[in-house]
Amino acid sequence: MKKWYSIICLGLLFLTCGPTEKVIKIGLVAPLTGDVKTFGESTRNGFTIAIDEANAQGGINGDSIKIYIADDRNDPTEARNAGSKLLNQDGVKLIIGSVSSKCSIPLSEVCQSSSAVMITPTSTNPKVTVNDDNTRKDYIFRACFIDPFQGMVAAKFAIDNLKAKTTAILYDVGNDYVKGLAEFFRDNFLKMGGKTIIYESYTKDDVDFSALLTKVKRANPDILYVPDYYNKVGLIAKQARQLGIKAVMMGGDGWDSPDMLKIAGDAINGGYFTNHYWLDDPRPEVQSWVNKYKSKFGSNPDALATLAYDATTLLLEAIHAAKSSKPAEVRNALQNFKGLNTVSGSISFDATGNPIKNIVIMKYSKTGQEFVVQMKPE
Amino acid sequence: MTYFLQQLINGLQLGFVYALIALGYTMVYGIVRLINFAHGDVFMVGAYLGFFAIGSFHLPFPLALAFAMAGCAVLGMAIERIAYKPLRSAPKIAALITAIGVSLFLEYFTSLNFVFGPNYQAFPIPFKVTVYQLGGISISTIQILVFATSLILLIILQYIVQKTKIGMAMRAVSHDKETASLMGINVNMVISLTFGIGSAMAGAGGVLYGVAYPQINPFMGIMPGLKSFVAAVLGGIGSIPGAMIGALIMGVVETMSSAFISSTMRDAIAFSILILVLLVKPTGLMGKKGSEKV
Repeated sequence: MKKWYSIICLGLLFLTCGPTEKVIKIGLVAPLTGDVKTFGESTRNGFTIAIDEANAQGGINGDSIKIYIADDRNDPTEARNAGSKLLNQDGVKLIIGSVSSKCSIPLSEVCQSSSAVMITPTSTNPKVTVNDDNTRKDYIFRACFIDPFQGMVAAKFAIDNLKAKTTAILYDVGNDYVKGLAEFFRDNFLKMGGKTIIYESYTKDDVDFSALLTKVKRANPDILYVPDYYNKVGLIAKQARQLGIKAVMMGGDGWDSPDMLKIAGDAINGGYFTNHYWLDDPRPEVQSWVNKYKSKFGSNPDALATLAYDATTLLLEAIHAAKSSKPAEVRNALQNFKGLNTVSGSISFDATGNPIKNIVIMKYSKTGQEFVVQMKPE
Repeated sequence: MTYFLQQLINGLQLGFVYALIALGYTMVYGIVRLINFAHGDVFMVGAYLGFFAIGSFHLPFPLALAFAMAGCAVLGMAIERIAYKPLRSAPKIAALITAIGVSLFLEYFTSLNFVFGPNYQAFPIPFKVTVYQLGGISISTIQILVFATSLILLIILQYIVQKTKIGMAMRAVSHDKETASLMGINVNMVISLTFGIGSAMAGAGGVLYGVAYPQINPFMGIMPGLKSFVAAVLGGIGSIPGAMIGALIMGVVETMSSAFISSTMRDAIAFSILILVLLVKPTGLMGKKGSEKV
């Protein structure tokens, strides 16, 4: 009897030491629903293409990747909760997210305090990677340029190319990204010799801009700068044109959405905005990316999808380079990247976790976006 | 001066939409002494019905408006029948809480994916918009439409309430429910009709709001609903002309605060009006003093 017991026990022991498959957990936090849902959908698309590609090649370091997707509805509290859930409940320590700065900032606080790596594909506000006292959150990175640069380029374009002398700026007082970009544009516009004659704020839920826009009309500026997301910009553009405002409209990367023309129609025709990449960039990385995206999703990728793909690629390359998925080692690999080639440009992180990249100016026409010019950082 | 006039026109556009909603609040309060907090959400459903009528069924504007008004009338009457009627003899607080419950239900149920979905939708405009310049003032087709439609509806409502038998019945029931029923008036039918008419007006308001500010979502009724409620209180809750005047004042004050003070203060100022009215003249501008009959 004893002999049988020992044989069974040994057999069971052998069963337990089979090959254990390690899985790398990667999370995504994005606004899949809510007021900027095209941002979230594009981000998720770019993210899944990158992950699927990696898994098709056998994963990273031999381990397959398991993804955890959370919807933050473009709300800062939801972003914080989604982050906590991924970190604490699902045990995810590598996160791509979020899209808007107002969500990425609280998400970055949660990730930093849990020493989890976070790469935001598109949040451009400086406060995502640094604390209020300017110390670095060393687990947090981004795949895009930051707003001081974006505001400066927009001002330069307005002064040099559009020959503008005066501008009116409208911004959402509760949104760090919009407020920040408005400030950077205003400061640079002033430095380059222009004057900001209207600098007015509105709140997130406002839909009636007639009073504000009447003020703008009376001031008659050359430029109307509205660095908000496409849903608000569409409304403002429509009401501005209805009031007879003739100023050229300008904005930031929040304008990039397939829904912009749907919402704004002809009102946004002739509007310029700064963005991260353009569809007809002849670089082979861009063209192969566009074909990849088109064959999977049937439409052209916007900057959101492209940056999500780049951010995910960065993360996967870092895991590969570090030969580990431990956050501390991945983080070091990321910081040490020099000139890693991605679709949206070559990435090297500076001391604040921000890459130094090119920027493009795009224009909305009646049918879509047109490339105007690419500007390099000085 | 033209600047002030332009802002006045902007304010009146907003005010007329608030008037359509405020009427529903005031009529319902007048007749059953209930603040129907779900009214703002009936407004939201009206906007969505207009969205489907124009976007999916490609109806011209007047038909879409009629469709939305009819749909909201049915919704309003259904809410009354299901949620408020059983509580008619209960303490007022129960009905109030139920109203809040209905409001939340409408918001969250319609934001489910198989109903309207939680995302913003762009409201289609079924006619060409032209902007007319008169002196230094711009008036667009949209503003003219809002003014015209609201005025027509308000005049029709005044006619119904003052010059028809059913209107007389409505006034009688709001004056004294028991005596009216003793006089042979079918009180239940009158109450249903009041809800129906009030909701139809809110539905019209929803469509006009969608045309003027073409972005709708299931939570769009909260703010306009609250502001229209303040307007009804300002004008004297229970008084129909009061609701109209209160709403126009609210729209103009809100726009003027945005124009001359700051756009971020507009809501704060709009709601301070509520506090001010309740402190200074709680019955509102045209409110009747409720006499306690012993």
